[in-house]
Amino acid sequence: MSKSITLLLQGDEAVVEGGMAAGADFFAGYPITPASEIAEGFAEQLPEKGGKFIQMEDEIAGMGCIVGASLAGAKAITATSGPGFSLKQENLGFAIMVEAPCVVVNVQRVGPSTGLPTSPSQGDIMQAKWGTHGDHPIIALSPSSVSETFDLTVTAFNLAEKYRIPVILLLDEIVGHMREKITIPPADELEIVNRKKPKPEDNDNFYPYEETEDLIPPMPDYGTGFKYHSTGLFHDKTGFPRGKTEDARKLMDRLMGKINNNLDDIIHLEEDLNGDEDVVVLAYGSTVRSAISAVNQVREDGVKAGWVKLKTIWPFADDYVRELAEKVDRIIVPELNMGQLIGEVKRVAAGKAEVTGINRYDGTLITPADVVAEIKGAL
Amino acid sequence: MDVNIDKYLRQDKLPHIWCPGCGHGTVLGSFVRAFDQSGLDQDKTVVISGIGCSGRASGYLNFDTLHVTHGRALTFATGVKMANPELNVIVMTGDGDGAAIGGNHLIHSSRRNIDITVVLFNNNIYGMTGGQFSPMTPTGDTATTSPYGNIDQNFDLCELAKSSGATFVGRGASYQPRKMIKLMKEGLLHKGFAFVETLTQCPVNYGKRNKIGGARDMLKWQDENLVPAKKYEKMDPAEREGLISTGILHQVVKEEYTDKYKNVINTVMAGESNE
Repeated sequence: MSKSITLLLQGDEAVVEGGMAAGADFFAGYPITPASEIAEGFAEQLPEKGGKFIQMEDEIAGMGCIVGASLAGAKAITATSGPGFSLKQENLGFAIMVEAPCVVVNVQRVGPSTGLPTSPSQGDIMQAKWGTHGDHPIIALSPSSVSETFDLTVTAFNLAEKYRIPVILLLDEIVGHMREKITIPPADELEIVNRKKPKPEDNDNFYPYEETEDLIPPMPDYGTGFKYHSTGLFHDKTGFPRGKTEDARKLMDRLMGKINNNLDDIIHLEEDLNGDEDVVVLAYGSTVRSAISAVNQVREDGVKAGWVKLKTIWPFADDYVRELAEKVDRIIVPELNMGQLIGEVKRVAAGKAEVTGINRYDGTLITPADVVAEIKGAL
Repeated sequence: MDVNIDKYLRQDKLPHIWCPGCGHGTVLGSFVRAFDQSGLDQDKTVVISGIGCSGRASGYLNFDTLHVTHGRALTFATGVKMANPELNVIVMTGDGDGAAIGGNHLIHSSRRNIDITVVLFNNNIYGMTGGQFSPMTPTGDTATTSPYGNIDQNFDLCELAKSSGATFVGRGASYQPRKMIKLMKEGLLHKGFAFVETLTQCPVNYGKRNKIGGARDMLKWQDENLVPAKKYEKMDPAEREGLISTGILHQVVKEEYTDKYKNVINTVMAGESNE
């Protein structure tokens, strides 16, 4: 009997709505600008549905807490900004290693250090991928509007549950704090994914980190009798540490494989291309908005231009961008940083298309006029 | 009287790898006996440990077990307990893990009075990393990172937990396993944050370096310097010099954290239905 509702919301508030819609029942975190509205929203809404909110003593504790909650069976989320995201990194790596589904929101502000707390940035693109130590898989999504923030929060929970991995939701301060009209679909129209659990009768031959066919082992809740061990050390299928080279490689290959074998399911993007483009603007987050506006403007002047919006930042859309680079002359990558994702675009384009950036790292946004100028300068 | 403790231990992970003479095995053995006596459900119990010699403990125990990042066991434990308050949650930590890198989590978990039992293995040194000083290394002692004598002042962890709000605080020692079992059992059955410090000898990285001697000498030191809490309370400050009180040091009844949150949920949900 549910129906859709239309609201005027901030991006941060849309994270809360999306989380609640996805079945989030646990939030732990530490307040930080410009992400605090997310904690505030969950503090209010979670107990209404029997869920739990806890404000921890620091960011590290917030991350540890949601991993513990996840292992106890919760759909858990935390939210932070750059400095807090840095603090969470070690426990984020732990979550990857023990394969605890959870969602980590980073509403990016300008860094390094305390930086510009209330100004937008896309400065944590590389931190999202490489912030914790060692090689590892990760999924990171980036919305460009309030409505998309709702959608991608639901997607983040679904991917986390499906692949047993922390999913990072990268907002920038513009998306986090701007207000837009958003229509929240009826609950029964949303696809909600829940983690695969072993059956009680599986207990006798249960290996918590078994290399199943899909590479994603079923995950029991604590307290259901499986009595299994998880550790941040490299481990074999039993969950216990193994110092052997062969076991270490096997685990790493499985962790990477469960993501790399499912790129079509994980990588989301949108495009507006006619197939005859000379120039394409490839953007993500709030910058998408200026990219679309600019492309529409120059098309009126007869310029063959198009845009691509990346909703999934990590894993990077290698195949798509490679094909794009073969078809167009030039790819423009606007970013609110000194050039982070552009490195990936250049790597994949491998010289087949010219790749240039538009970069702002002073807390102001990239305007449509900036993108128009870059497109026209390119021709 | 001994009980069947085998079911609480992962037999295939034994013998343990702690050094000969180390007191950690005594603490672990005391814990499983205390757990057995507590009557708590093994299937509904989660043991979480951090990094260091004490961190090994979770791997030997046949429960849902989690071996986490350095110093953070209490943060994971808080998540487990909050998400499912029906679970018994136990943290095994060391003096480096729990009092140094994890010191902030110790005081805040105490403050919340969340129903977690902490067993802190205090061996006065960083054992696993090879004998660097910890927040519990006595002033003046030598360690690999205090070759000229440690100038840091060490904590009284029980006082710290108590003043931070822990509602059960006790201290046991590897020289007194029977007393330690009783203490741990009380801690496990206490509703609220229970902090149990256990004094455990590290002959390899602490005793030898500080010329205290081997395990036997270190246990003898315990014998000569431990005083039951009730007796300790009656002593003059001058008499107490160098002595360490053991047993239950502090126990009060105070509303537990997950119960408080349950009240929040009940109130909020009742309010919703009235609208």
